[in-house]
Amino acid sequence: MSVAGDLPKAGAPSRAWVIPLAARIEGLLLPVAALLAGFAAFALFLLLLGKSPVDFFALVYKAGFGTAFSWSNTLSRAAPLLLAALCVAVPARLGLVVIGGEGAIVLGGVMVGGLALPLSGWPPLIAMPLLACMAALAGAVWIGAVGALRQWRGVNETIASLLMAYIAIALMNHMVEGPLRDPASLNKPSTAPLAEALRVGDLPGWNVHWGLAVAVLACIFAWVLIDRTTIGFAARIAGGNIRAAQVQGLPVGKLVIGFTALGGAFAGLAGYFEVSAVHGSANASLASGYGYTGILIAFLARHNPLAIIPVALLLAGFEASSGLVQRRMDLPDATMTVLQGFVFVAILASETFTGRLNLAALLTKGEQR
Amino acid sequence: MNGDIGLWAVPLAMLGGAIRVSTPFLFVSLGEVITERSGRINLGLEGTLVFGAMSGYALAFLTGSAWIGVLAAALAGAIFGLVHGLLCSLPRVNDIAIGIALMLLGTGLAFFFGKPFIQPVAPDLPAINLGWWSDLPQVQAALRVNVLFLLGFVLALALAWMLRRTRMGLILRVVGDSSDAARALGIRPARVRILATAFGGALAGVGGAYLSLFYPGSWNEGISSGQGLIAVALVIFARWSPVNCFFAALLFGAAGALGPALQSVGVTSGYYLSYAAPFVLTLVVLILSSSKSGALTGAPRELSITK
Repeated sequence: MSVAGDLPKAGAPSRAWVIPLAARIEGLLLPVAALLAGFAAFALFLLLLGKSPVDFFALVYKAGFGTAFSWSNTLSRAAPLLLAALCVAVPARLGLVVIGGEGAIVLGGVMVGGLALPLSGWPPLIAMPLLACMAALAGAVWIGAVGALRQWRGVNETIASLLMAYIAIALMNHMVEGPLRDPASLNKPSTAPLAEALRVGDLPGWNVHWGLAVAVLACIFAWVLIDRTTIGFAARIAGGNIRAAQVQGLPVGKLVIGFTALGGAFAGLAGYFEVSAVHGSANASLASGYGYTGILIAFLARHNPLAIIPVALLLAGFEASSGLVQRRMDLPDATMTVLQGFVFVAILASETFTGRLNLAALLTKGEQR
Repeated sequence: MNGDIGLWAVPLAMLGGAIRVSTPFLFVSLGEVITERSGRINLGLEGTLVFGAMSGYALAFLTGSAWIGVLAAALAGAIFGLVHGLLCSLPRVNDIAIGIALMLLGTGLAFFFGKPFIQPVAPDLPAINLGWWSDLPQVQAALRVNVLFLLGFVLALALAWMLRRTRMGLILRVVGDSSDAARALGIRPARVRILATAFGGALAGVGGAYLSLFYPGSWNEGISSGQGLIAVALVIFARWSPVNCFFAALLFGAAGALGPALQSVGVTSGYYLSYAAPFVLTLVVLILSSSKSGALTGAPRELSITK
C-alpha cells in the first residue's frame, strides 16, 4: 500500500468530521459496553450462587423504575448522588482523583444540623439560602483543603481526600453524640431537628424534594463551566499537561484549589438536602455511602457532568430497589456493593480499548467504495 | 485495678495497644512496600484487608484451625493482588482507579459472604506472654504478644535484606525505577509487577486475618476502620523501607490505641474524636513527608503518585 493512499485526498475534505464523531461514538459505546459487562459478570456471580439473575434485574426494574412510588424513591436518591458525582468529576478535569466526597456530604449535613437551633426563628427566605451556603462552604473548605495540600505540598489527593472522609465521619460522630446532641434523641443520637418552616419541600406536582432540581442545575452549570468557558478550557489544559499550562501562564494553583472547592461545595449541598429534605436532623445516616457511589457514577460518566445525570438515575434506581430485592431474594445487604464493584472494575478495564476500536476507519469505509 | 498504678496505665495501655494494633498496619505496609517498589500502587488494600479478615475467620471457624484461616486469608489476598496486577498491566488502565474499584469490590464481597460468620466463634491465634516477669496485670496484658507480630518483625528484616542483597531485590528495584532499563536487562516489568502486587495482597490478607482472629478477634462489618488505607499512606512516610515500616506501624498502633487507653482510665470526653487520631496523624505525616515539587526521596521512579 502506498503512503499516498493514506493521505486525505483533495476530493474528500469533508471527512474531517469523522474523527471527532468516531471519538464521540466510542465515548458512548465503551461505557455502555462496560456497564453491560459488569452486569453480565454479576449475573454469572448470582448464577454461581444459585440465584436467578433474571429475577434480580426484574425486581430492580420493578422496585426502582416500575411504579410512580419507586420513581419518587429513585429520584430522591438521585439528588445526593448527582452532587456527589460532581465532587469527583469536577476535579477530575484537572487530572485529580478526589474520592472523599463522603466527608463533604457529612460535614455539610452537620453544619445544617448545628445551625438548626440558632436559625430556628429566622425567616425562611433568609435562613434557607444561608443554610445551603453554609453547607456548601463546609464542603468547599474540606475538599478545597485537599486541593491546597496537593498544590502546596504535593500531597496525593486520592489518599488525602479519603483520609479526610474518615476524619469527617469521626467529627460528625463527635458532634452528634456530644456538643450538638439533642437530649430528646434517645435511640439514635441526632442534632436538634430543623424547624418545620426551614425544611425543604417537594417539587410542585412531584413526590421528590427540591434537591433533585438543584442537583440537575448543578450538573448543567458544571458542564457549562468545564466545556464552554475559558476557565474550563484552562483546566482541561492543566489536566492534560501541567507544565504546558504553567508555561502558558495559566493560574494552575487557583484552578486546582477552585475546582476542588467547587466539587466540595456540591457535595456539601448534598449534605444540606439530606438533612433539610430527608432526615430533618443530622445523624449517623448522613454517612450512607452516597459519596462512594458518586465515585463510580463519575467514572461511568467519564467525568462528563451531563452524562452524570442518566448514570446517577440508573444507579439511584439500583440503590432504591436494594432493600426490596435483598429481602425478596434472600440476599445480604452488601449485594448492591458487589454489583457496583463489578461494574467499577469493568468500566476501568474498558479504558484499555480507548482509541483501539478504529471507528473512524469503519465510518469512512462506506464512503470510499 | 487501675488505682494501683494511676495514670501510668495510659502509656502502658498504649504500649500494649501499639503492639496489638500495629500488626495489621505492619503486614499491609510491608506488602505495599514490595508492590510500590515494583512501580505500582495498590490503593485497594483496604478491601483486601477486610476480605482477608472475613475469609480468615470463616476458614478458621470451618476447619477449627486459626492458622488455616491465616493461609486462606493470604491466598484470598494474593488473588485480589493478582487481579489488580493483571488489570493494571493492560495499557491505559490506571492503577489508582483500579485500587478504588477493588476497595469497593473487596469490602462488598467480604460483607456478602461474611454474613453467616458474624455469630459463630472461631479459634484465636496464639499469643506469647512476654510479661511473665511482672506481677502487674497491666504489664502482663500489654506484653501478651501475638506470634504474627513477631513474624512481621522478622519479615520486615528479611524484606529489607532481600531488597538490598539479593538478585530478586535488585530485579524489583530496577523494575520500579525504570521499565526501560528493566527491559534492556531482559526482565519483563509487567510480570514482576503482577507478582509484587500479588505478594502485597497476600500480606494484606494476613493483616486482615490478624484483625478477625486475634485483635479485636471477631468478624463483623466494622472490623476495619481504614487501617488498609492508613498503611498505604504509611509506606510513603516510611520512605519505602521495610524496617521503617515496622517503626511507623508501631507509632500508628499507639495512635490507634489512644482512644481505648484513655477510656480505660475513665476519660470519656472526646471519645468519638479519638477515632480520628490515626487519620489526623496519617494526614500530618503525609503533609510533612511530601514536598512541593511532588518529588519524594527514596520513591521508586515508576510510581504513578510521584510522577
